[in-house]
Amino acid sequence: MIHRECGVLKTTYEADMALYPLPIAKWTVAALAVFFFVVLPLSVHEYYLSVVNLCSIAIIGALGLNILVGYTGQISVGHGAFMSVGAYTAANFAVRLGAPWPVNLLAGGLMAAAVGAVVGMPSLRIKGLYLAIATLAGQLIIEWTINHVTFISGGVQASIEVPRPEIFGYRIASQVQMYFFLLVFVVLALVGTMNLMRSRIGRAFIAIRDHDIAAELIGINIFRYKLLAFAVSSFYAGVAGVLYTYYLGVANYEQFQINVSIDYLAMIIIGGLGSVQGSVFGAIFVTLLPIVIRYAMEAFGGLFFSEASVLNIIPNLRLILFGALIIVFLVVEPEGLNRLWRNIRSYFRVWPFAY
Amino acid sequence: MRQILAILIGVALAAGSAMPAAANHEIVIGLQCDRTGATQTVGVNLCPGYHDYIRLVNAKGGVDGHKIRAVEIDHEYKVPQGMEAYERHKKEGAVVIGVYGTPHIYAMTQKLTEDRIPGTSPGFGSAAAADGQRYPYIFPIAATYWSQGAAAVDFTKKQLGGSLKGKKIAYLFFDNPAGREPIPVIEDLSAKEGFQLKTFAVPPPGVEMGAQVLDIAQRYHADFVIAHLFGRSPSVSIKELKRVGYPLRKVVSFVWGSAEADIEAAGGWSVAEGYNVMQFAGVGTDYPVLNEIREMYKKEGKEAPKEMASTVYYNRGVLIAALHVEAIRNAVKGKPDGKITGEDVKKGFEQINNFTLGGLVPPLKITATDHEGGGLVQIWQVKGGKFEKQTDWFHAYGDVVAKHVKDAAKK
Repeated sequence: MIHRECGVLKTTYEADMALYPLPIAKWTVAALAVFFFVVLPLSVHEYYLSVVNLCSIAIIGALGLNILVGYTGQISVGHGAFMSVGAYTAANFAVRLGAPWPVNLLAGGLMAAAVGAVVGMPSLRIKGLYLAIATLAGQLIIEWTINHVTFISGGVQASIEVPRPEIFGYRIASQVQMYFFLLVFVVLALVGTMNLMRSRIGRAFIAIRDHDIAAELIGINIFRYKLLAFAVSSFYAGVAGVLYTYYLGVANYEQFQINVSIDYLAMIIIGGLGSVQGSVFGAIFVTLLPIVIRYAMEAFGGLFFSEASVLNIIPNLRLILFGALIIVFLVVEPEGLNRLWRNIRSYFRVWPFAY
Repeated sequence: MRQILAILIGVALAAGSAMPAAANHEIVIGLQCDRTGATQTVGVNLCPGYHDYIRLVNAKGGVDGHKIRAVEIDHEYKVPQGMEAYERHKKEGAVVIGVYGTPHIYAMTQKLTEDRIPGTSPGFGSAAAADGQRYPYIFPIAATYWSQGAAAVDFTKKQLGGSLKGKKIAYLFFDNPAGREPIPVIEDLSAKEGFQLKTFAVPPPGVEMGAQVLDIAQRYHADFVIAHLFGRSPSVSIKELKRVGYPLRKVVSFVWGSAEADIEAAGGWSVAEGYNVMQFAGVGTDYPVLNEIREMYKKEGKEAPKEMASTVYYNRGVLIAALHVEAIRNAVKGKPDGKITGEDVKKGFEQINNFTLGGLVPPLKITATDHEGGGLVQIWQVKGGKFEKQTDWFHAYGDVVAKHVKDAAKK
């Protein structure tokens, strides 16, 4: 991640396929783990952890979407709806059956995976923009169903309160506790995705993305793997939806509308399609940018505008800056923040002796 | 050089010690706004009203000498941003949070209760939150959608000559949870009063309702229309109803389709003549508190803000601010040092009784069990280029609404 390598000295396939190709990578990961599990939660105010928590949920969702869009090349505009499927499944399990959270989490993920596979069916026949429209229809149908079927939504208000998760009687409620809770799942999602992508399944996904007819010719079952990609991606979405529900304490369908799907697409496009790090960068970027812009505006806005108009200008300027910055980043590096990061790395690899 | 430095340090120290010991404690309020999102027509006028009232209070010396600081954060009507805003407000030490948005109040209910910070949801949100036992830290402080539905039926009954038996009422609503929330109450009333009810859903984003309106006017032949729409859609409904020739005096709108902005967007006051609107704050410019705000601006040598002309939302902002300040005032009575907590403000809210601010605020009575405060509304009508008051503050079918609140608490 942030280490430097020197030469390719691998002599076995195992070494080439290893999750951490270099010994130093293990140290980097260990250092990051210490930072996120110990240093960060001990050193900052709860508020900043709450922002990190929002990022955590976004990272899990973005990873899932990147498996589908970035790695398998199937576009989906229904990610928010799959999140809501997970959220409502878990909420119903929690309230009606009184099931513990691990059961709900798994049930939410699996239900989302099942629904995702069904919505993904058209991908066998159609591609690109047409598939986008098909998944958009999926998003709208799921939204409508949750909104109107009171068996799922639990009443006309379409919101179900869920109890806080408990681990051996220890209740997870505050932002600090939630931080550790979510962090575990972020780590699981990251490791899971990285491993998935270096497995047979991951290679099949990539083959389908690069050329699906060629992939079929070398013996990949397109039907199976495309649906699997939808299922895995929706599983991540479902889990993100369940975690979000536990984070808020309520499942509400208005939190998973079409704009959420588009936000997630924006995350992976800005972060970098087909890369785990890119999903993380994108999720953090899209979540933090509005907050950072607001802080900047609060700090410097008073220099340019009167106090009353600052309040009116901040939110509008924030929207404009948000849009403008996304365009700037995409123009500077169309392949996303991940590519930008790699460029910086390769620059410093030979620094100061660049040629 | 050293001497100069010593003098400077001496002066600094003297200045530091000369400062009075901080007797006054700054009280922080969190305000969530939507000046950019889906319902920005509300936010751009409501939030300035809120700030102006807080400024007025501070100009008069604050609450028992304690100044109030309202921290506004815009959340674009998005829930993650709203949650971030909530945590930010908590960090700033807010003792009460003005929440904005139905999904937001749902999302924050558990947090507010755990953190013991009262949150207000005036005129929107979960109607079940009127039950102060079940939701101790949620304060609707204005008529919920259930009370609004009951009031609309009551108004309809009076307009149709005192009886609804056999009448046809159309309920035109925005198809989201907030739009559907009043349906169970109106259905109950339909059974009780013997009127026929038909619901007409307008799918989001709510700008296309030609078919529904045509259906109401020409197939269903509704005797009265109760409309519950948001954002751009109220103005569209006025236009469409006008187009098919349905008399607007037979339409009553819930509180979020009832502002000057909606009338203007529908094509002006002459188009909307007769349209009935429900209000949870007084309308118009003729209230003592508004005069004081104008006075305050005059003293500062400034023009009164243009937002004041949009009296419906501006006055609601003033109402929300006034109720927040009143709750804080009650809380400070118990703790004169001003170091109040969310719990104190919660109790402060529960002591609000007959605080009317010269007619701008309904005579609410908020108690530990009733956080709605009576669910009072007024009906105004578009008449000759302005809103004209049709009824005084009233609350209808209290028993039916109370039954629903009770049932919801059992869930």
